[in-house]
Parts: sequence; C-alpha cells; structure tokens
Amino acid sequence: MSTAAALAHDACSVEDIPLGEGRAVTLDGRRIAIFRAGGGWYALDAACPHRGGPLADGIVCDRAVICPLHDRRFDLQSGSALTTGNAVAAHAVEVRGARVFVTLAAAERGAA
Amino acid sequence: MVGMNRRIVVVGGGIAGQAVCEALRERDRDIPITLVCGEHSAPYDRVRLSEILVSGEDSQTLRLRPAEWYADNDVELLVGHTVTWVDVERRVLGLDDSDELRFERLVIATGSQPLMPPIPGIDLAGVHPFRDPADCEAIRAAAASGIERAAVIGGGLLGLEAARGIAAQGCAVTVVHLLDRLMERQLDAGASSLLAPALAGLDIDVEFERNTQQIIGPQRAHGLRFTDGSELPADLVVVSIGIRPEAELARSIGIVCDRGIIVDDAMRTSLPGVLAVGECAQHRGIVYGLVAPIYDQARVAAQTLVSEAAGAGADALYLGSVPSAKLKVAGIDLVCAGESGGDLEAVVTDAATGIYRKLSVRDGRVIGTVLLGDTRGSEALVAAVRSGEPVEDPLQALADASLSGPADLPDTAQICDCNGVCKGDLVAAVSDGGCATPREVMAVTRAGTGCGSCRPAVKEIVAAATGGLNDEPAYLCPCRKQTREGLAEQIRADGLQSVSDVAAACATGRECGACKPALAYLVSEVCANQHREERDARFINDRVHANIQHDGTFSVVPRMYGGVTTPDELRRIADVADKYEVPMVKVTGGQRLDLLGVKKQDLPGIWRDLGMPSGHAYAKAVRTVKTCVGTDFCRFGLGDSVGLGIEMEKAWEGLHTPHKVKSGVSGCPRNCAEATVKDIGCVAVEGGWQVRAGGAAGGNVREADILATVETRGEALRLATTFLQFYRENADYKERTYDFIPRIGLEQVREVILDEERGGALRERLRIAKAATQDPWLERDDPYHARQFHDLDELEPALVGPPAGGEL
Ligand code: SRM
Ligand SMILES: Cc1cc2nc3c(=O)[nH]c(=O)nc-3n(C[C@H](O)[C@H](O)[C@H](O)COP(=O)(O)OP(=O)(O)OC[C@H]3O[C@@H](n4cnc5c(N)ncnc54)[C@H](O)[C@@H]3O)c2cc1C
Ligand code: SF4
Ligand code: FES
Repeated sequence: MSTAAALAHDACSVEDIPLGEGRAVTLDGRRIAIFRAGGGWYALDAACPHRGGPLADGIVCDRAVICPLHDRRFDLQSGSALTTGNAVAAHAVEVRGARVFVTLAAAERGAA
Repeated sequence: MVGMNRRIVVVGGGIAGQAVCEALRERDRDIPITLVCGEHSAPYDRVRLSEILVSGEDSQTLRLRPAEWYADNDVELLVGHTVTWVDVERRVLGLDDSDELRFERLVIATGSQPLMPPIPGIDLAGVHPFRDPADCEAIRAAAASGIERAAVIGGGLLGLEAARGIAAQGCAVTVVHLLDRLMERQLDAGASSLLAPALAGLDIDVEFERNTQQIIGPQRAHGLRFTDGSELPADLVVVSIGIRPEAELARSIGIVCDRGIIVDDAMRTSLPGVLAVGECAQHRGIVYGLVAPIYDQARVAAQTLVSEAAGAGADALYLGSVPSAKLKVAGIDLVCAGESGGDLEAVVTDAATGIYRKLSVRDGRVIGTVLLGDTRGSEALVAAVRSGEPVEDPLQALADASLSGPADLPDTAQICDCNGVCKGDLVAAVSDGGCATPREVMAVTRAGTGCGSCRPAVKEIVAAATGGLNDEPAYLCPCRKQTREGLAEQIRADGLQSVSDVAAACATGRECGACKPALAYLVSEVCANQHREERDARFINDRVHANIQHDGTFSVVPRMYGGVTTPDELRRIADVADKYEVPMVKVTGGQRLDLLGVKKQDLPGIWRDLGMPSGHAYAKAVRTVKTCVGTDFCRFGLGDSVGLGIEMEKAWEGLHTPHKVKSGVSGCPRNCAEATVKDIGCVAVEGGWQVRAGGAAGGNVREADILATVETRGEALRLATTFLQFYRENADYKERTYDFIPRIGLEQVREVILDEERGGALRERLRIAKAATQDPWLERDDPYHARQFHDLDELEPALVGPPAGGEL
C-alpha cells in the first residue's frame, strides 16, 4: 500500500497503555484496539467478529490476543483467527518517540 | 498438467461433502478438488443444531473446519452456489451465477430436504422445518417471544430434540405423533412407554395417534386440526416427520434413482465417474439419515476415486451400517442401536426410576440394544451390535456391560459416532501422536467435537492410555507441557516472583497466553501473596475487579457477610443505582445484591460511593457464605449459623483460590442455606457441627462429603479453614472442590487436614497469605495505572500525515 489515503493517526502516547494490555480508541469513526504486547505494538478492530467482545480487554501474549467473552484467539499481526471463526482487521502501528501512530487498513476485510 | 483435467467436483457442502474432501486428501495430496456449497456458509455440523437451539450459541461455532483448512489443504471452496446443470459428455457443470466448472469426476453429496406434508396451512408464517441455522434461529426466536404454546409434529429423534429446545426457552410445547409410541423406528414399546413420562418431567407434553389434517391460520399459524376433528392451539409449529433425499440433480442427468440416488458397494452411481455419498444416496435399499454411515461411505468413495485414478478397479467396499442413535436431550439418557427386537431378548426394567435396558439376539448373535435411563456400558453394547458378537447369556452380557468402561473396549469400537472415530484412533493419538490430554486428542482426532455425548468416554480412554486419571488439568501450560507441580517447584527453587519471571525462566505463557491467569494464581499462592503482581497476566475481571458481561459492561457485587445487610447499606446501594443509572439491581443466588450493566469507567466512583468491600463475585476467590437465620430467630436452630458464616467470610475474605469457593452454613439439618451442596458447608447438628466439602449444585449436582463432625463453632471454622488452604495448595487451576476431592480421594484429604501438625502448618500458611490481602476496590484511589479503568477516548485523536519515512 502506498497511497496518500494511508493517513497515520496519532492515537496515544506510549505511556497510555500498560505493558501486556490493550486499550480502545475511535479513529476515523472506527473503534480500534491498540495493544502493547511483549512482541511489539499492534492494532486490530476493537470488536470481536464473534459477538462483538471488547478485544482491548483480552489477555495478550507475544503475538496473540484472547477475546474476554468466549476465548477466541487472534493473531495480533495479521488479525487471522487462531481458533474458529472469522478474522479481524489488522492495522499498521508505528511508534515515533513517545507517540503511537496507527494507519487504518481498508475498511472491509474478513475471512473467506 | 495442461490438457488434462483431473479435477474432482463435490456437489454439496454438508457433513458428507466435507468428509469426502478430507478422506480424499488423506489419500492424495495433489488431485484438484472443488467443493460447491449450496448454503451460504462453509460446511458446518448440522447435528449440533439441536444444542444451539437450546443454548442460542452463534451458528458460526458449528463450522467443521476453520477457513484456513481449505487453503492449507488446497481444496477450492465455493460458498453460496448451487450446481444447476451438468453436461456429462463434455464434463462441464453450471453454477447458478452462470459460471461453469470443468471436472473429470463428480461426487454428489446433496443431502436431503425436510419432508413437509401437503396439508392446508403448511405455508403459513410460524410453521418451520428444523434443518438449518435459519430454522433454528426462527424457532428459538418464536419460542422465546412469549407465545402460549408450540407444537411439534413428529415424535422421532429430531422432533423430540426440537421440543426440548422450545421448552428450554420457557415455552409450553406439545409433541403430536401419528402412532401410539415415540421413536418407533428405534425403540420397542417398553422403552417408548417410559420415554413419554421422562419428557413430561422436562415440560414436554406428548399426544399420540394425532393425524394433523390442517394448520389453522388465517395469517399465521394458530393451531392444529386433527382428522378426528379435535384441535390444539399453537402459535409455533415445527414439522419433523422425515426427510426426502435430494436427488433432482442426479435424476436430471439420467442417473438411476429410487427414493435416493442408487449406489453400489463402491459408492458409484449408474453413470461412470459419478459417485454419491450421504443422505442423498440409497445403498442396498437404505437411505441413512445419520452421520456415522456417512463417514464409512466417504472413506469408500475416496478410495474408489483414488483407485480409479490409478487405473485400478474399486478395492474398498461399503457393506452398509448398523444404525445407532443417541437422544441429545439433557435429562434423558437414551442410546439405541440395531434392531429393537430379536428371537431372544434380555430386558432389565424399572418403571419407577425410568430405567430400561435391553439386548436383542438373533441366531446367537447380538443384533440390537436399547438403553434408557441407565446407559452404562453403551459403548461395549453398541460395539457388540455392530460386530454381531456371539452371545450365550444376553442377561449376563447386559450386566457385564454395566460394569465395564470404555477403556475395556476393543480398538475397533466406534466411540465418536459423529466423526466416526474408533477407540484405536484415540489410543494411537496418545501412543504415536504424542498427545497427553483428552483435549489434545480431541483436537487431533476430532472425536467429541460433534454432539459431545462421547466426551466422557474419550476422557476415560485417554486416561487409561496415558496411564493416569490425572488427565485434563495435567498441564498448566499445554504449549510447553509444564505441570502445576513442576512449575511450583521451579518457582520455589529459583525464587521466582512474577509471571514474567516464570516466562523468562521456562517460556510458559508467552506463546498462546491462555495459561497466564493460572500462572498468576500459582505465583501468588507459592509466594503467599508476597509476589510481584502483574495485571496483564490476569483476566479482565481481575484487572478491574468486576465481572465482564455480554456487552462489555460490568457487574458490581459488594461484600455482604453471610448475606446480612443493614438499612444504611441498602440506602447507599439504592443511591448508587440512581446516581449511575444502573440498568438493573438484582438479588443474586448467593444472597447478595448485584448492580448490573455498569460502565468500566464508572467502577471507581461506584465503589467510593458504596463504601463497601468487594464481594469478589468476578474472581476465582472466596465468594459468598450463604447462611440461614439459625439460632438468632429460627425456632429449630441448633447452632449460630449467621455468626459462623460471617466469621468464615471474614477469615477468608480476599483470598484467591484455584476456582471459586462458595460456602454455606445451615443452623440445623433442614439445611435452608443449602450447605450440603457448597464447596465448603457447615451444618449445625445436635451436639456440634458437621463440616463438609466438595458439594456442587451448578452444572453438576454433588452432595458434599463430610470431613468430620466437631463439637464447637471454633473447631468447625478451624477445620473448614484447613481444608480451604489444602485446596488452595493442591488443586489445579479451574478445578472446583467437587472435582478436587474425588481426584485426591476423601480419605487422603482427611488424613492431611485432620493431622494436627500438617493441619497446623496449612493454617499458618493461610494466615501469612491472608495478612497480605487487601480490598481490591481500594484501587479506586490508587490505580495500578492511570488508565486502569479507562480506554483512550478522552484523547482527541489528531490526524497527521504518514510518519517520517513512512511509505507504509
Ligand atoms: C449473579 C449470579 C446469578 C444471579 O443473578 O443470582 C451469577 C452469575 C454468574 N455466574 Fe453463577 N451466579 C450466581 C450464583 C450461582 C450459583 C448459586 C450460588 O452461588 O449459591 C451457582 C451454583 C453453585 C456453583 O457455584 O456451582 C452458580 C453457578 C455458576 C457456574 C457453574 C459452576 C459449575 O462448576 O457448575 C458458572 C460457570 C463457571 O464457573 O464456569 C457461573 C458463572 C457465572 C457468571 C460469572 C458467568 C461469567 O463467567 O460471566 C455470571 C455472571 C453474570 C453477570 O453478568 O455478572 N455460575 N452461580 C449469582 C451470583 C451469586 C453471588 O452473590 O455471588
Ligand atoms: C437438528 C438435527 C439433529 C441431528 N442429530 C443427529 C444425531 O444426533 N446423530 C446423527 O447421526 N445424525 C443427526 N442428524 C442427521 C445428520 O445431520 C444428517 O444425517 C447429515 O447432516 C447429512 O449430511 P449430508 O451431507 O448428507 O446432507 P446435508 O447436510 O443436507 O448437506 C447437503 C448439502 O448440499 C447442498 N446442496 C444440495 N443441492 C445442491 C446443489 N445442487 N449444488 C450445491 N449444493 C447443493 C445443500 O444445500 C446442503 O448444504 C441431525 C439432523 C438435524 C437436522
Ligand atoms: S447468570 Fe449463571 S445461569 Fe444465568 S445465564 Fe449467566 S451463567 Fe447462566
Ligand atoms: S465475542 Fe469474542 S469470542 Fe465471543
């Protein structure tokens, strides 16, 4: 992707999210969960594709998050479902200094 | 290869279509496969619709395989497309969107359609078949909408499961059946006559010899009219009288069909290169309406396809299946297989308890069994039916079966009927596949992932194969195969103080994260609460000290020792409910008050205004101690139950436990506080207190074991406290006391906790751990992080350009 449409949103400061947890924010009208995982920073759509569970409240490990409602697990990098069900959209994150920037992926993306 | 099309197209993505693809891939990695699914979802487990009708779970969870499976196995999946024509000469078929597909060979797996009788009113709104997720949703929604009564036409297996689903929504339901007994295809009169009363106990009425002539309208269904002129009011009508094999496509290309598509023993139809499998197929005159035969058929069909491709003749044969069925209705245990009668029959029956066990024999061989109310030994008996085992004394065989467990079965005995998994497959998953727990075995073999009724048998077999009863919770971290005991030892030996210390030392908890809460408990327990707390290892409930609910809001249950409150507390609770516009205030089953639907960011304010300590209703911790009024007011009271209950709750408050611990204290054996079904329960008796543990009245009901009867209230508290610490130190994470005590053995538990020295050491360790607890709701003024209770939203998100160097 290399279009001008790929705007990076200044989402939060590094301090805003405790290590190993996630927090949600609205960017461009879209609810996004940002994670500060052991393996780096990641962002996914905030709602679990199963029944809308708040992924930002999930348990985070190096590369995955577990939805707090019914334990579906998602890859933090790609958003793909590691258990059953659909994937969730994943967004690019970049940390510049003390700020965290998120570039939203195209609006729709689900599993086949 | 150019110029040569080897593609196999499977028409129909039901259990049969999926099974054919899997059986083919097991035999040939390269042959191109396309699976065309007429429904708008990838293949799913139809059998579990009955379960979902009861639970309301999302039908997405029924998928047989995740999306990646098709990509990983190179199976082209076309979802939501019907095959509308086939040109056998040109080897081309057409889809409804006018796309065309070329194929070399074809497998027809088009299943069946529910049979709908051509009676007036059958098309009215409110009349449904029970076949797919949409039916399931429609039936469930109607049953839960407050209508007076529903009717199910048809008293077969499926009709009864539909009725159970409707009754579970709180809706009155009547099953109307044409004949004078239920499930006449599987059951004899004796078993049938016990089934109707068992259903009545689940609020399902049955009316026999009812021939429906018309469904009464006019706009939507309001009732049934029978041929004898009588009527039954019903605003929801579910029709479940049978299936009609879907053979239209096959007929249209000239394949010989009868009721279904006629196939030979190699699953071939009358047209070369075209096979049929599943409910659309008719083999030796039989159309099977069950899953188990489908797996056998799919294996044979795949073998035929592979052999033909290699230029050989068909070398696998399908010789038919012995039908067997289990009724998936909670509260009724029913298993049947084969024929319902023979030339010699052994029957054991007890009408009072609703038990009926029968074995039918013909020419000295087992040909059928019916087990109702007591299904012990069903695996062995069904296996005997399948293999036509010779038997001399059928009554003795019935008795022997009830003593034998699944672990005694031969390797060829089928354990999971939904997925066609035999005992030998399970044992191989342990011995050759390196699986160690039932869960791993189930993931690999897919046993137990259908209707679930074989899960207890799977667990038993895996336990026997792995050589220990200590099965499911054996690994705290299944990714790294680390046990609780092993990790505890390492924590002690290396002085590890936190979950991240443990992760650094032995890499647990990093890969999948699922074991982090278990590790967090273990670290805190081994370190007697002097550990370094890391909240990211805790489930959300233990980060914000409230219970997460379906919409992401939380519930707040303040501590009410022994269920006793005061006017002042009630006033504060009422004021808080008003101030924060709490959507519901509810009296809980644990004798406390629950504020439900609270926003996360309101939690600290609510706790401050309440001024009451946390009830830990969200945590694996010491929960409520239910009490009855006892000697304070009750004319029967023998002991001060309120006093002891409050004392227990205060002595243990704030302690985390492997799973929740709920207690109760009753002032006399009338047991108004239900103490005999609690994790820890005390009952005042003449001359003292009975101290119990290991009770349950949740998903299971188990009477608590008596640890001992002691003379004084002080001794009762002491013994209960000793048990609590023993449980804290020795139970696996998420192991309730009702599983813990049977695993360890009551005698072993007693031996330790009644021993003066070891008991004293346990109490001392509890005292140290307790001293380090504090009310988590005080974090309202001292959060562990500025955003403990907040998302990022108050930040005004500012739009800027791409970050430096950022051509992302
Ligand atoms: C609030 C309450 C229902 C009510 O309105 O009365 C309740 C609510 C929940 N129960 Fe319960 N249980 C409540 C009393 C019970 C009782 C009765 C009792 O405590 O005397 C039982 C049977 C006893 C027992 O614990 O076994 C009970 C057996 C369960 C179970 C099944 C446990 C089992 O092993 O069989 C679960 C599921 C679990 O633990 O995995 C459960 C789980 C839940 C959860 C926490 C589900 C969850 O994980 O989110 C529910 C939270 C709803 C919410 O939105 O906050 N709840 N639950 C009761 C709170 C009692 C309290 O004051 O703390
Ligand atoms: C609620 C319920 C509970 C059940 N419980 C049990 C149980 O406990 N035990 C048991 O053994 N069995 C049970 N059964 C029966 C079992 O589900 C069926 O035997 C089995 O699902 C049949 O599978 P199938 O693939 O042959 O047919 P189907 O599941 O009908 O699949 C055929 C598929 O082919 C598609 N199709 C048809 N024509 C075309 C076309 N021209 N082009 C493309 N696609 C097409 C259809 O849309 C359908 O998706 C139950 C059934 C129901 C409904
Ligand atoms: S409160 Fe308990 S019984 Fe009620 S729905 Fe929730 S878990 Fe089930
Ligand atoms: S809402 Fe996420 S798993 Fe159910």
